[in-house]
Formats: sequence, C-alpha cells, structure tokens
Amino acid sequence: MNVDAKKMHQIEIQEYQNLVDGIKPKPDVLKNCIWAFLVGGAICALGQLMLNYLLSLGMSRIDASSTVSCIMIFLAAFFTGIGIYDELGKRAGAGSIVPITGFANAIVASAMEYKREGYIFGVGARIFSVAGPTLVFGFAVAVLIGLIKVFLSS
Amino acid sequence: MTPLYMAFLGGGLLCLIGQLIMDLTKANITPGHILVGYISTGAILSGLGVYQPLVEAVGAGATIPLSGFGHLLVQGTLKAVERDGLLGAFSGGVEAAAAGITCAIVFGYVAAVLFNPKD
Repeated sequence: MNVDAKKMHQIEIQEYQNLVDGIKPKPDVLKNCIWAFLVGGAICALGQLMLNYLLSLGMSRIDASSTVSCIMIFLAAFFTGIGIYDELGKRAGAGSIVPITGFANAIVASAMEYKREGYIFGVGARIFSVAGPTLVFGFAVAVLIGLIKVFLSS
Repeated sequence: MTPLYMAFLGGGLLCLIGQLIMDLTKANITPGHILVGYISTGAILSGLGVYQPLVEAVGAGATIPLSGFGHLLVQGTLKAVERDGLLGAFSGGVEAAAAGITCAIVFGYVAAVLFNPKD
C-alpha cells in the first residue's frame, strides 16, 4: 500500500514535469544562434568595410580603428533612438549586444527611460547604468595587467 | 587588409558564443552581464597575448565586439607602461580608448535627449 502510494506520487511528479516541459516556451537555441551569428557577423563586416576604406585613404591603423568605433557608436545611438536597434535586438540577441554597437545601445536605451527624472540626474546618470559596470571592469583588468608589467620589468 | 568574410566569420562566432552563454546557462544573464564579461575576458586574453593574433586574423571581427574594447584598453596600458612606467598603468587605458568613450557618452546623451522610448 505504502509502496503503491509512493509509486503513484512519482508518476504524478513525472506527468506534471512532462506537462510543464510541454507548455514552457523553449528558447530556440539553434535559431537564436543563427540570428546572433548572422547579425553579429554583419555588424563586424560593416566595421571592416569602413576600416578598409579609411586605410585605403592612408589613415594609420590606430586612427582608422578609433574612427570606425566612433561611427559605429554614432549609428547605434541613432538607430536606438528611432527604435530600430531594439527591434533588431529582439531577434539577434547576443548578435546585437556583443559588438560595440550593443554598448552604445545599452547607454541610450537605459538613459531614455529616465528622462522623467530630469536631464542631469535622470539621463546624465542613467547613461552609466550599464556602461558604468562595463568600464569599471575593463579598466580594473587593464590597470591590473599594467601593474603586473611594471612589477615584472622592475 | 582583412577580407570582409573573415571579419564576418570572426565577429559572428564571438556573438554566437555570447548567445550560447545566454541560452544554455541557468543563471539569468542580462545584456549587462554579457558586456562586462566580454570586456573583461577580452582584456585578460589581451594581457596573455592571445587576443592580438585573433585581431590579425579576423580584423574588425575581433575589434568591433566589446572584447576588442578590452584589448584596446590593455594594449594602450602596456604601451604606456613601457613609455612612462608606473604612471602609464593608470593613463594608458583612457588614452587608447579616449575617442570611443567620449563618443559613447556624448552621442549617447544627445540621442537619449532627442528621442523618446517607443511603447
């Protein structure tokens, strides 16, 4: 009797789990990955196209690289403003987050939401709600590596 | 000059890795986590000397993703340390990334002021 009740209980749990798995929306990993690959690849290829053009004008590699970053950031800020970048992001996922355009998108998207709190402590502060942590960790690692180099070469 | 298809492949793969991290891990990974993770990982790989060969192979495919921004910070820092010693460890990063950071702040602010969120 006791064993039977236990068995029944286990079957119920199993059935419930099957039901949940059937209803729960599955992240369509393969589809998401293809989108991320295509959109991320396209953004980088666009960057390479600009880079190659600037290099062909005789610009140095460092200057050309910085210029491309600035243009990409400008474009991302603009397309976030008119609402197109976030539409793209719904499908592209990491493909629109990982490139530097995703960094600019995070800045504009979070700042826009806080206009109500004013242009100084609303927009001005919220610009850094995602960009802040990113820069903190980037600089922390860079300074640490710099200090290791100072230490090793002394 | 790096051919476009190499930039496409390299950048696409880096984004695909990010998507896998978002879809396959149980923890709730937000875009912010991805950005912090990429800039840190890029900086560490750059310090280990692994990122530069990747940049030479896929060009913008490695410099446009945020890991490339971490790479830029570290390479700027290392160059400044060679030139200025200890001070360089603190000045090199901003120096190398100055244009990108300033553009992000200024264009970001202007766009956020000019446009309103869609709802």
